[in-house]
Amino acid sequence: MMLYATLVALLVVMSLALVRAVRGPTIHDRILAVNMFGTKTVLLIAVICFTFGEPEFLDIALVYALINFVSVIGVLRYFEFRDSRKELEGKEPEKQNPEALRD
Amino acid sequence: MIDSILHYTSGLLLLLGCFFMLTGAVGLLRFPNFYARMHAAGITDTLATLLVISGLMLTAGWSLALFKLALIMLFIFFTSPTASHALARSAQLSTLKLTYVPAERTQEKDQQAQSRMGSKPGSDIEVETTDGSSV
Repeated sequence: MMLYATLVALLVVMSLALVRAVRGPTIHDRILAVNMFGTKTVLLIAVICFTFGEPEFLDIALVYALINFVSVIGVLRYFEFRDSRKELEGKEPEKQNPEALRD
Repeated sequence: MIDSILHYTSGLLLLLGCFFMLTGAVGLLRFPNFYARMHAAGITDTLATLLVISGLMLTAGWSLALFKLALIMLFIFFTSPTASHALARSAQLSTLKLTYVPAERTQEKDQQAQSRMGSKPGSDIEVETTDGSSV
């Protein structure tokens, strides 16, 4: 019973995270929402295992947790020194933020 | 007897997990700037995951599934704060800088904001991009 309620709550949370990922004004908002979506996907797979009585699916959840973390870190490295205003307004950045190069 | 106790404890943990998940999602959707959204999402992510997986562990009983769930829980317990930290650092290094605004200036800004859109007073922290406009 509570398992089904958890399934529904997870689906609602994932759709809200998707809304933020679509709307989010900066790239970091999108990455945050996608990270949350991935974590909730792991939980969704784990709950589905127990709802439908298939404990083998837990391996998929485990692998998904690993891949999610690595992909978020990878995307963050890619965007670390990006100008997030460029995406916001669709214009080229004037120059790199000098403070960003400090360390 | 012990079965029903396990059943109800598991249900309670799952319910608490659902509550924290939903709060985090509403915070992610509704909060005004990036760092506030990250606060809502980052904190509830870890706690809700731990609660839901604990509830599932009580359902699983002594089996291989319990071990796998413990592994997932341990992994998320370490990676979720790490991802939040990396995200905050990346945002700070790019143009989404978190700047400290003295209290007087905050009051001025609040009055301006109130006259403009009738919003409530905020905290004394705001997110500014390098060209001076707030996000």
